[in-house]
Amino acid sequence: MTTKYTEDHEYIRVDGAHGIVGITNYAQDQLGDIVFVELPSIGQKLKKGDEAAVVESVKAASEIYSPASGTVTEVNMALAAEPGLINTSPDADGWIFKLKLDRAAELDALMDDAAYAKHTA
Amino acid sequence: MAEPQTEDLKTVVLNDEHVKLGGRMVPFSGYSLPVQYPTGIIAEHKWTREHAGLFDVSHMGPSFLLLDQKSGDAQKDHETIAALVEPLVCGDIKGLKPGQIRYTLLLNEAGGALDDLMLARPADPAWAGTLYVIVNAGTKQGDWSRIAAAAGGQAKLNRADNCGLLALQGPEAVAIADRLVPGVQDLGFMTYGSFSWGGTQLVISRSGYTGEDGVEILVEPEYATQLWNALLADPRVKPIGLGARDSLRLEAGLPLYGHDLDETVSPTEAGLNFAISKRRREAADFPGAPRILKEFAGDLGRVRVGLFVEGAPAREGAEILDASGAAIGRVTSGGFAPSLNRAIALGFVPAASSSPGTKLQVSVRGRLQPAEVTPLPFVPHRYVRKATP
Repeated sequence: MTTKYTEDHEYIRVDGAHGIVGITNYAQDQLGDIVFVELPSIGQKLKKGDEAAVVESVKAASEIYSPASGTVTEVNMALAAEPGLINTSPDADGWIFKLKLDRAAELDALMDDAAYAKHTA
Repeated sequence: MAEPQTEDLKTVVLNDEHVKLGGRMVPFSGYSLPVQYPTGIIAEHKWTREHAGLFDVSHMGPSFLLLDQKSGDAQKDHETIAALVEPLVCGDIKGLKPGQIRYTLLLNEAGGALDDLMLARPADPAWAGTLYVIVNAGTKQGDWSRIAAAAGGQAKLNRADNCGLLALQGPEAVAIADRLVPGVQDLGFMTYGSFSWGGTQLVISRSGYTGEDGVEILVEPEYATQLWNALLADPRVKPIGLGARDSLRLEAGLPLYGHDLDETVSPTEAGLNFAISKRRREAADFPGAPRILKEFAGDLGRVRVGLFVEGAPAREGAEILDASGAAIGRVTSGGFAPSLNRAIALGFVPAASSSPGTKLQVSVRGRLQPAEVTPLPFVPHRYVRKATP
Protein backbone atom coordinates (compact mmCIF):
# COMPACT_ATOMS: atom_id res chain seq x y z
CA MET A 1 0.00 0.00 0.00
CA THR A 2 1.35 3.43 -0.91
CA THR A 3 0.13 6.91 -0.15
CA LYS A 4 0.27 9.77 -2.64
CA TYR A 5 -0.46 13.45 -2.14
CA THR A 6 -1.80 16.38 -4.17
CA GLU A 7 -0.58 19.96 -3.95
CA ASP A 8 -3.99 20.80 -2.46
CA HIS A 9 -3.35 18.46 0.48
CA GLU A 10 -5.56 15.51 -0.41
CA TYR A 11 -4.06 12.07 0.12
CA ILE A 12 -4.92 8.83 -1.62
CA ARG A 13 -3.90 5.54 -0.05
CA VAL A 14 -3.69 3.04 -2.86
CA ASP A 15 -4.15 -0.72 -2.70
CA GLY A 16 -4.17 -2.22 -6.18
CA ALA A 17 -7.01 -0.68 -8.18
CA HIS A 18 -8.62 0.98 -5.13
CA GLY A 19 -7.80 4.16 -3.25
CA ILE A 20 -8.94 5.79 0.00
CA VAL A 21 -9.11 9.60 -0.14
CA GLY A 22 -8.91 12.09 2.67
CA ILE A 23 -7.12 15.31 3.65
CA THR A 24 -3.74 15.41 5.30
CA ASN A 25 -2.96 16.27 8.88
CA TYR A 26 -1.40 19.50 7.61
CA ALA A 27 -4.66 20.42 5.85
CA GLN A 28 -6.91 19.69 8.82
CA ASP A 29 -4.65 21.79 11.01
CA GLN A 30 -4.85 24.71 8.56
CA LEU A 31 -8.64 24.45 8.28
CA GLY A 32 -9.32 24.18 12.00
CA ASP A 33 -12.41 22.56 13.50
CA ILE A 34 -14.40 20.76 10.80
CA VAL A 35 -18.14 21.10 11.40
CA PHE A 36 -19.72 19.65 8.24
CA VAL A 37 -18.71 17.37 5.39
CA GLU A 38 -20.51 17.08 2.07
CA LEU A 39 -19.78 13.63 0.67
CA PRO A 40 -19.85 12.44 -2.95
CA SER A 41 -22.47 9.89 -4.05
CA ILE A 42 -21.66 6.22 -4.35
CA GLY A 43 -21.31 5.37 -8.04
CA GLN A 44 -20.31 8.97 -8.90
CA LYS A 45 -17.68 9.09 -11.64
CA LEU A 46 -14.87 11.56 -10.97
CA LYS A 47 -12.06 12.81 -13.13
CA LYS A 48 -8.77 13.74 -11.57
CA GLY A 49 -9.16 17.27 -10.18
CA ASP A 50 -12.99 17.19 -10.01
CA GLU A 51 -14.64 18.59 -6.92
CA ALA A 52 -15.52 15.48 -4.93
CA ALA A 53 -16.47 16.71 -1.46
CA VAL A 54 -16.67 19.86 0.63
CA VAL A 55 -15.39 20.22 4.18
CA GLU A 56 -16.67 23.14 6.20
CA SER A 57 -14.75 24.60 9.11
CA VAL A 58 -16.30 27.15 11.47
CA LYS A 59 -14.92 29.87 9.20
CA ALA A 60 -15.24 28.62 5.63
CA ALA A 61 -16.02 25.91 3.11
CA SER A 62 -13.17 24.15 1.26
CA GLU A 63 -13.53 21.93 -1.78
CA ILE A 64 -11.85 18.55 -1.84
CA TYR A 65 -10.64 17.52 -5.29
CA SER A 66 -10.31 13.95 -6.43
CA PRO A 67 -6.61 12.98 -6.62
CA ALA A 68 -7.39 10.52 -9.44
CA SER A 69 -10.06 9.49 -11.94
CA GLY A 70 -12.42 6.72 -10.96
CA THR A 71 -15.76 5.69 -9.49
CA VAL A 72 -16.79 6.33 -5.88
CA THR A 73 -17.38 2.97 -4.21
CA GLU A 74 -17.87 4.01 -0.61
CA VAL A 75 -18.22 7.19 1.49
CA ASN A 76 -17.45 7.65 5.17
CA MET A 77 -20.91 8.00 6.69
CA ALA A 78 -19.40 8.42 10.16
CA LEU A 79 -18.45 11.97 9.12
CA ALA A 80 -22.14 12.94 8.94
CA ALA A 81 -22.48 12.52 12.70
CA GLU A 82 -18.89 13.33 13.60
CA PRO A 83 -17.16 15.62 11.09
CA GLY A 84 -14.44 16.29 13.69
CA LEU A 85 -12.99 12.83 12.88
CA ILE A 86 -11.13 14.64 10.11
CA ASN A 87 -9.38 16.70 12.78
CA THR A 88 -8.71 13.90 15.24
CA SER A 89 -7.82 11.15 12.76
CA PRO A 90 -7.32 12.54 9.26
CA ASP A 91 -5.49 9.50 7.85
CA ALA A 92 -7.55 6.76 9.52
CA ASP A 93 -11.11 7.25 10.88
CA GLY A 94 -11.42 10.60 9.09
CA TRP A 95 -11.14 9.22 5.53
CA ILE A 96 -13.70 10.75 3.14
CA PHE A 97 -14.36 8.39 0.21
CA LYS A 98 -13.09 5.29 -1.59
CA LEU A 99 -12.41 5.25 -5.27
CA LYS A 100 -12.06 2.46 -7.85
CA LEU A 101 -9.28 3.85 -10.02
CA ASP A 102 -9.54 4.15 -13.79
CA ARG A 103 -5.81 4.25 -14.40
CA ALA A 104 -3.35 3.55 -11.61
CA ALA A 105 -0.62 5.16 -13.74
CA GLU A 106 -2.30 8.52 -13.19
CA LEU A 107 -0.96 8.47 -9.62
CA ASP A 108 2.64 8.69 -10.78
CA ALA A 109 2.24 12.47 -11.13
CA LEU A 110 1.36 12.85 -7.42
CA MET A 111 3.81 13.41 -4.59
CA ASP A 112 5.13 10.64 -2.39
CA ASP A 113 5.73 10.96 1.38
CA ALA A 114 9.12 12.61 1.00
CA ALA A 115 7.96 15.09 -1.65
CA TYR A 116 4.87 16.01 0.35
CA ALA A 117 6.90 16.51 3.52
CA LYS A 118 9.04 18.95 1.52
CA HIS A 119 5.92 20.62 0.06
CA THR A 120 4.58 21.41 3.54
CA ALA A 121 7.90 22.22 5.19
CA MET B 1 -5.13 27.41 -0.10
CA ALA B 2 -4.27 30.97 -0.99
CA GLU B 3 -1.57 32.57 1.08
CA PRO B 4 -2.76 35.78 2.74
CA GLN B 5 -1.04 38.98 1.70
CA THR B 6 0.84 40.34 4.65
CA GLU B 7 2.25 43.52 3.17
CA ASP B 8 0.91 46.84 4.43
CA LEU B 9 -0.77 45.22 7.39
CA LYS B 10 -0.70 47.14 10.64
CA THR B 11 0.12 45.32 13.84
CA VAL B 12 -1.60 45.76 17.19
CA VAL B 13 0.32 46.60 20.33
CA LEU B 14 -0.10 42.98 21.56
CA ASN B 15 1.18 41.40 18.33
CA ASP B 16 4.17 39.69 19.98
CA GLU B 17 1.92 38.18 22.64
CA HIS B 18 -0.36 36.63 20.02
CA VAL B 19 2.60 35.12 18.21
CA LYS B 20 4.04 33.77 21.48
CA LEU B 21 0.70 32.13 22.28
CA GLY B 22 0.69 30.40 18.88
CA GLY B 23 -2.03 32.63 17.42
CA ARG B 24 -2.66 32.09 13.71
CA MET B 25 -2.27 35.60 12.34
CA VAL B 26 -4.54 36.68 9.47
CA PRO B 27 -5.33 40.00 7.80
CA PHE B 28 -8.47 41.66 9.17
CA SER B 29 -9.56 45.27 8.59
CA GLY B 30 -6.00 46.21 7.62
CA TYR B 31 -4.46 44.61 10.72
CA SER B 32 -2.69 41.35 11.36
CA LEU B 33 -4.75 39.60 14.06
CA PRO B 34 -5.11 36.08 15.49
CA VAL B 35 -8.03 34.13 14.00
CA GLN B 36 -7.46 31.39 16.56
CA TYR B 37 -4.96 30.00 19.04
CA PRO B 38 -3.85 26.34 19.06
CA THR B 39 -6.94 25.01 20.88
CA GLY B 40 -9.18 26.07 17.97
CA ILE B 41 -12.34 28.08 17.45
CA ILE B 42 -14.87 25.67 18.97
CA ALA B 43 -12.91 25.23 22.21
CA GLU B 44 -12.36 29.01 22.42
CA HIS B 45 -16.04 29.69 21.79
CA LYS B 46 -17.20 27.24 24.47
CA TRP B 47 -14.61 28.48 26.96
CA THR B 48 -15.98 32.01 26.62
CA ARG B 49 -19.57 30.84 27.20
CA GLU B 50 -18.50 28.86 30.29
CA HIS B 51 -15.66 30.89 31.83
CA ALA B 52 -13.93 33.98 30.45
CA GLY B 53 -12.39 34.72 27.07
CA LEU B 54 -9.81 37.46 26.49
CA PHE B 55 -10.01 39.24 23.13
CA ASP B 56 -7.63 41.79 21.67
CA VAL B 57 -9.84 44.33 19.90
CA SER B 58 -7.16 47.02 19.65
CA HIS B 59 -7.81 47.34 15.90
CA MET B 60 -11.12 49.03 16.67
CA GLY B 61 -11.53 52.77 16.95
CA PRO B 62 -11.68 54.07 20.52
CA SER B 63 -11.54 57.86 20.70
CA PHE B 64 -12.56 60.83 22.79
CA LEU B 65 -14.41 63.92 21.65
CA LEU B 66 -13.54 66.85 23.90
CA LEU B 67 -15.25 70.20 24.09
CA ASP B 68 -12.74 73.03 23.58
CA GLN B 69 -14.33 75.57 25.86
CA LYS B 70 -16.04 74.23 28.92
CA SER B 71 -18.51 76.32 30.91
CA GLY B 72 -17.76 74.51 34.15
CA ASP B 73 -21.39 73.41 34.41
CA ALA B 74 -21.18 69.63 33.93
CA GLN B 75 -24.72 69.15 32.67
CA LYS B 76 -24.51 72.09 30.29
CA ASP B 77 -21.15 70.92 28.91
CA HIS B 78 -22.56 67.45 28.30
CA GLU B 79 -25.52 68.93 26.46
CA THR B 80 -23.21 71.05 24.32
CA ILE B 81 -21.05 68.11 23.22
CA ALA B 82 -24.11 65.89 22.73
CA ALA B 83 -25.65 68.50 20.45
CA LEU B 84 -22.57 68.32 18.20
CA VAL B 85 -22.89 64.59 17.48
CA GLU B 86 -26.65 64.07 17.68
CA PRO B 87 -27.20 65.31 14.10
CA LEU B 88 -25.15 62.28 12.89
CA VAL B 89 -26.86 59.52 14.88
CA CYS B 90 -30.33 58.28 15.88
CA GLY B 91 -29.62 57.88 19.62
CA ASP B 92 -30.42 60.21 22.51
CA ILE B 93 -26.94 61.35 23.50
CA LYS B 94 -28.09 64.37 25.48
CA GLY B 95 -30.09 62.04 27.72
CA LEU B 96 -27.10 59.83 28.67
CA LYS B 97 -26.63 59.62 32.42
CA PRO B 98 -23.11 60.08 33.80
CA GLY B 99 -21.20 56.85 33.11
CA GLN B 100 -23.77 55.53 30.63
CA ILE B 101 -22.87 53.95 27.26
CA ARG B 102 -25.29 53.89 24.34
CA TYR B 103 -25.19 51.73 21.21
CA THR B 104 -26.20 53.86 18.23
CA LEU B 105 -25.80 54.21 14.48
CA LEU B 106 -24.12 56.77 12.30
CA LEU B 107 -26.57 57.36 9.45
CA ASN B 108 -26.51 58.83 5.97
CA GLU B 109 -29.24 61.13 4.65
CA ALA B 110 -31.08 58.11 3.21
CA GLY B 111 -31.23 56.51 6.66
CA GLY B 112 -28.61 53.87 5.83
CA ALA B 113 -26.01 52.84 8.38
CA LEU B 114 -22.49 54.24 7.91
CA ASP B 115 -21.43 52.41 11.07
CA ASP B 116 -22.67 51.18 14.41
CA LEU B 117 -20.85 52.58 17.40
CA MET B 118 -20.81 53.18 21.14
CA LEU B 119 -21.10 56.68 22.61
CA ALA B 120 -20.59 57.20 26.33
CA ARG B 121 -20.73 60.03 28.86
CA PRO B 122 -18.01 60.12 31.54
CA ALA B 123 -19.14 59.46 35.12
CA ASP B 124 -16.75 62.01 36.61
CA PRO B 125 -18.10 65.60 36.38
CA ALA B 126 -14.50 66.75 35.93
CA TRP B 127 -14.64 65.09 32.49
CA ALA B 128 -18.00 66.63 31.52
CA GLY B 129 -18.00 67.86 27.97
CA THR B 130 -16.30 64.68 26.74
CA LEU B 131 -17.75 61.71 24.88
CA TYR B 132 -16.06 58.31 24.71
CA VAL B 133 -16.62 57.15 21.15
CA ILE B 134 -15.83 53.60 19.96
CA VAL B 135 -16.24 52.88 16.24
CA ASN B 136 -15.51 49.86 14.03
CA ALA B 137 -12.04 49.18 12.65
CA GLY B 138 -13.03 49.10 8.99
CA THR B 139 -14.86 52.42 9.12
CA LYS B 140 -12.85 54.39 11.62
CA GLN B 141 -11.20 56.88 9.28
CA GLY B 142 -14.51 57.87 7.69
CA ASP B 143 -16.37 57.94 10.99
CA TRP B 144 -13.77 60.12 12.65
CA SER B 145 -13.67 62.56 9.74
CA ARG B 146 -17.44 62.83 9.90
CA ILE B 147 -17.52 63.36 13.66
CA ALA B 148 -14.64 65.87 13.56
CA ALA B 149 -16.38 67.81 10.79
CA ALA B 150 -19.64 67.89 12.75
CA ALA B 151 -17.77 69.12 15.82
CA GLY B 152 -16.50 72.02 13.75
CA GLY B 153 -14.23 74.26 15.74
CA GLN B 154 -16.00 73.47 18.99
CA ALA B 155 -14.57 70.10 19.95
CA LYS B 156 -11.46 68.07 19.27
CA LEU B 157 -11.41 64.37 18.39
CA ASN B 158 -8.55 62.44 20.00
CA ARG B 159 -7.94 59.00 18.57
CA ALA B 160 -6.96 56.35 21.10
CA ASP B 161 -6.38 53.52 18.64
CA ASN B 162 -2.68 53.44 19.51
CA CYS B 163 -3.83 52.01 22.86
CA GLY B 164 -4.70 48.45 23.74
CA LEU B 165 -8.40 47.60 23.79
CA LEU B 166 -9.07 44.29 25.51
CA ALA B 167 -12.41 42.56 25.95
CA LEU B 168 -12.89 40.01 28.73
CA GLN B 169 -16.16 38.19 28.12
CA GLY B 170 -18.02 35.37 29.80
CA PRO B 171 -19.86 34.51 33.02
CA GLU B 172 -16.66 34.73 35.11
CA ALA B 173 -15.26 37.83 33.38
CA VAL B 174 -16.45 40.54 35.75
CA ALA B 175 -15.34 38.72 38.91
CA ILE B 176 -11.90 38.22 37.35
CA ALA B 177 -11.61 41.86 36.30
CA ASP B 178 -12.76 42.97 39.72
CA ARG B 179 -10.06 40.93 41.43
CA LEU B 180 -7.45 42.75 39.35
CA VAL B 181 -9.14 46.16 39.43
CA PRO B 182 -11.40 46.45 42.50
CA GLY B 183 -14.68 48.24 41.84
CA VAL B 184 -15.30 46.93 38.33
CA GLN B 185 -18.17 44.71 39.48
CA ASP B 186 -20.07 47.78 40.68
CA LEU B 187 -20.51 48.90 37.07
CA GLY B 188 -23.90 48.02 35.58
CA PHE B 189 -24.09 46.70 32.01
CA MET B 190 -23.53 49.52 29.49
CA THR B 191 -21.80 51.84 31.97
CA TYR B 192 -18.12 52.66 32.25
CA GLY B 193 -15.58 54.35 34.47
CA SER B 194 -11.92 55.21 34.89
CA PHE B 195 -9.86 53.04 37.25
CA SER B 196 -6.29 53.25 38.56
CA TRP B 197 -4.19 50.15 38.02
CA GLY B 198 -0.47 49.67 38.53
CA GLY B 199 0.39 53.30 37.87
CA THR B 200 -1.88 53.88 34.89
CA GLN B 201 -5.53 54.70 34.27
CA LEU B 202 -7.79 52.13 32.64
CA VAL B 203 -11.08 53.03 30.97
CA ILE B 204 -13.34 50.06 31.75
CA SER B 205 -16.79 49.48 30.24
CA ARG B 206 -19.16 46.74 31.28
CA SER B 207 -20.05 45.83 27.73
CA GLY B 208 -19.16 43.52 24.88
CA TYR B 209 -20.35 41.82 21.74
CA THR B 210 -20.59 38.15 22.63
CA GLY B 211 -23.96 38.07 24.40
CA GLU B 212 -22.14 37.42 27.66
CA ASP B 213 -21.49 39.66 30.64
CA GLY B 214 -18.04 41.19 30.54
CA VAL B 215 -15.83 44.22 30.27
CA GLU B 216 -13.88 46.13 27.64
CA ILE B 217 -10.71 47.81 28.82
CA LEU B 218 -8.82 50.66 27.16
CA VAL B 219 -5.19 50.70 28.29
CA GLU B 220 -2.20 52.89 27.48
CA PRO B 221 0.06 51.10 24.97
CA GLU B 222 2.95 50.91 27.45
CA TYR B 223 0.78 48.92 29.87
CA ALA B 224 -1.15 46.77 27.40
CA THR B 225 1.13 43.70 27.56
CA GLN B 226 1.25 43.81 31.34
CA LEU B 227 -2.55 43.98 31.55
CA TRP B 228 -3.03 41.22 28.94
CA ASN B 229 -0.71 38.91 30.87
CA ALA B 230 -2.19 39.82 34.26
CA LEU B 231 -5.62 38.78 32.96
CA LEU B 232 -4.26 35.60 31.33
CA ALA B 233 -2.56 34.62 34.61
CA ASP B 234 -6.01 33.75 35.96
CA PRO B 235 -6.67 30.09 35.09
CA ARG B 236 -10.28 30.96 34.20
CA VAL B 237 -9.06 33.14 31.30
CA LYS B 238 -8.00 31.94 27.85
CA PRO B 239 -7.10 34.03 24.78
CA ILE B 240 -9.76 34.01 22.06
CA GLY B 241 -9.28 34.82 18.37
CA LEU B 242 -11.38 36.46 15.68
CA GLY B 243 -13.00 33.17 14.65
CA ALA B 244 -14.74 32.60 17.97
CA ARG B 245 -15.42 36.31 18.30
CA ASP B 246 -17.50 36.01 15.13
CA SER B 247 -19.30 32.79 16.11
CA LEU B 248 -20.12 34.24 19.55
CA ARG B 249 -21.60 37.45 18.16
CA LEU B 250 -23.51 35.49 15.50
CA GLU B 251 -25.12 33.26 18.15
CA ALA B 252 -25.94 36.43 20.11
CA GLY B 253 -27.76 37.70 16.98
CA LEU B 254 -25.64 40.87 16.90
CA PRO B 255 -25.09 42.50 13.50
CA LEU B 256 -21.58 42.92 12.11
CA TYR B 257 -20.93 46.10 10.16
CA GLY B 258 -19.98 45.49 6.53
CA HIS B 259 -21.96 42.25 6.55
CA ASP B 260 -25.35 42.58 8.29
CA LEU B 261 -25.24 46.36 8.16
CA ASP B 262 -24.19 48.63 5.32
CA GLU B 263 -25.01 51.99 3.78
CA THR B 264 -28.31 50.70 2.37
CA VAL B 265 -29.60 49.12 5.59
CA SER B 266 -31.65 51.19 8.02
CA PRO B 267 -31.67 50.53 11.77
CA THR B 268 -35.31 49.39 11.54
CA GLU B 269 -34.58 46.92 8.75
CA ALA B 270 -31.71 45.60 10.86
CA GLY B 271 -34.00 45.04 13.84
CA LEU B 272 -32.31 47.78 15.84
CA ASN B 273 -35.36 49.87 16.76
CA PHE B 274 -34.13 50.00 20.36
CA ALA B 275 -31.27 52.18 19.08
CA ILE B 276 -33.67 54.83 17.73
CA SER B 277 -34.29 56.82 20.90
CA LYS B 278 -37.84 58.00 21.66
CA ARG B 279 -36.85 61.64 21.94
CA ARG B 280 -35.19 61.52 18.55
CA ARG B 281 -38.18 59.79 16.97
CA GLU B 282 -40.53 62.41 18.34
CA ALA B 283 -38.29 65.20 17.07
CA ALA B 284 -37.64 63.40 13.76
CA ASP B 285 -34.26 65.16 13.77
CA PHE B 286 -31.81 62.46 12.63
CA PRO B 287 -30.50 61.63 9.15
CA GLY B 288 -33.00 59.63 7.10
CA ALA B 289 -35.81 60.28 9.59
CA PRO B 290 -38.60 60.28 6.95
CA ARG B 291 -37.69 56.78 5.75
CA ILE B 292 -36.88 55.37 9.16
CA LEU B 293 -40.04 56.70 10.84
CA LYS B 294 -42.16 55.25 8.05
CA GLU B 295 -40.44 51.90 8.53
CA PHE B 296 -40.74 52.21 12.29
CA ALA B 297 -44.51 52.63 11.87
CA GLY B 298 -44.60 49.28 10.06
CA ASP B 299 -44.10 50.13 6.40
CA LEU B 300 -41.07 47.94 6.01
CA GLY B 301 -39.68 46.24 2.90
CA ARG B 302 -37.12 43.87 4.29
CA VAL B 303 -36.11 42.75 7.74
CA ARG B 304 -33.08 41.08 9.27
CA VAL B 305 -34.00 37.64 10.57
CA GLY B 306 -32.30 34.70 12.21
CA LEU B 307 -32.41 31.33 10.46
CA PHE B 308 -31.83 27.80 11.63
CA VAL B 309 -30.31 26.07 8.62
CA GLU B 310 -30.48 22.31 8.10
CA GLY B 311 -27.33 20.73 6.74
CA ALA B 312 -24.29 22.65 5.53
CA PRO B 313 -23.75 26.17 6.85
CA ALA B 314 -25.19 28.88 4.57
CA ARG B 315 -22.49 31.55 4.34
CA GLU B 316 -22.65 35.24 3.50
CA GLY B 317 -24.15 35.75 0.03
CA ALA B 318 -26.21 32.53 -0.02
CA GLU B 319 -29.65 33.05 -1.55
CA ILE B 320 -32.75 32.74 0.64
CA LEU B 321 -35.87 31.34 -1.03
CA ASP B 322 -39.44 30.94 0.17
CA ALA B 323 -41.10 27.54 0.48
CA SER B 324 -42.22 27.71 -3.16
CA GLY B 325 -38.67 28.31 -4.37
CA ALA B 326 -38.89 32.05 -5.16
CA ALA B 327 -35.73 34.00 -4.29
CA ILE B 328 -36.55 36.51 -1.52
CA GLY B 329 -33.26 37.56 0.05
CA ARG B 330 -29.66 36.80 0.97
CA VAL B 331 -27.69 35.58 3.94
CA THR B 332 -25.48 38.34 5.37
CA SER B 333 -23.63 36.25 7.99
CA GLY B 334 -23.80 32.56 8.50
CA GLY B 335 -21.89 29.69 9.94
CA PHE B 336 -21.79 27.02 12.53
CA ALA B 337 -22.99 27.70 16.07
CA PRO B 338 -20.72 25.81 18.47
CA SER B 339 -23.11 26.28 21.42
CA LEU B 340 -26.03 24.87 19.44
CA ASN B 341 -24.09 22.38 17.29
CA ARG B 342 -25.97 23.42 14.14
CA ALA B 343 -25.82 25.92 11.31
CA ILE B 344 -27.32 29.40 11.85
CA ALA B 345 -27.52 32.49 9.68
CA LEU B 346 -28.58 36.11 9.60
CA GLY B 347 -30.13 37.53 6.46
CA PHE B 348 -32.71 39.87 5.03
CA VAL B 349 -36.17 38.77 3.85
CA PRO B 350 -39.43 40.60 3.10
CA ALA B 351 -41.42 41.48 6.23
CA ALA B 352 -44.16 39.04 5.15
CA SER B 353 -41.68 36.14 5.45
CA SER B 354 -40.08 37.24 8.70
CA SER B 355 -42.27 35.69 11.41
CA PRO B 356 -40.56 33.09 13.57
CA GLY B 357 -41.51 29.62 12.38
CA THR B 358 -41.73 30.62 8.71
CA LYS B 359 -40.32 27.79 6.58
CA LEU B 360 -37.80 29.02 4.03
CA GLN B 361 -34.92 27.53 2.05
CA VAL B 362 -31.30 28.51 1.45
CA SER B 363 -29.22 27.71 -1.58
CA VAL B 364 -25.81 26.26 -0.73
CA ARG B 365 -23.58 25.32 -3.68
CA GLY B 366 -26.64 25.17 -5.92
CA ARG B 367 -28.64 22.88 -3.67
CA LEU B 368 -31.67 23.89 -1.61
CA GLN B 369 -31.67 23.21 2.10
CA PRO B 370 -34.52 23.81 4.57
CA ALA B 371 -34.29 26.86 6.85
CA GLU B 372 -36.64 28.27 9.45
CA VAL B 373 -37.01 31.82 10.76
CA THR B 374 -35.95 31.82 14.40
CA PRO B 375 -36.26 34.52 17.08
CA LEU B 376 -33.03 36.37 17.88
CA PRO B 377 -30.80 35.96 19.75
CA PHE B 378 -30.08 32.31 18.93
CA VAL B 379 -28.38 31.96 22.32
CA PRO B 380 -29.90 34.07 25.15
CA HIS B 381 -27.96 37.14 26.26
CA ARG B 382 -26.66 36.99 29.79
CA TYR B 383 -25.95 40.65 30.44
CA VAL B 384 -25.99 41.76 34.06
CA ARG B 385 -28.16 44.86 34.18
CA LYS B 386 -28.09 46.55 37.53
CA ALA B 387 -30.43 49.35 38.52
CA THR B 388 -28.71 52.65 37.87
CA PRO B 389 -27.84 54.14 41.27
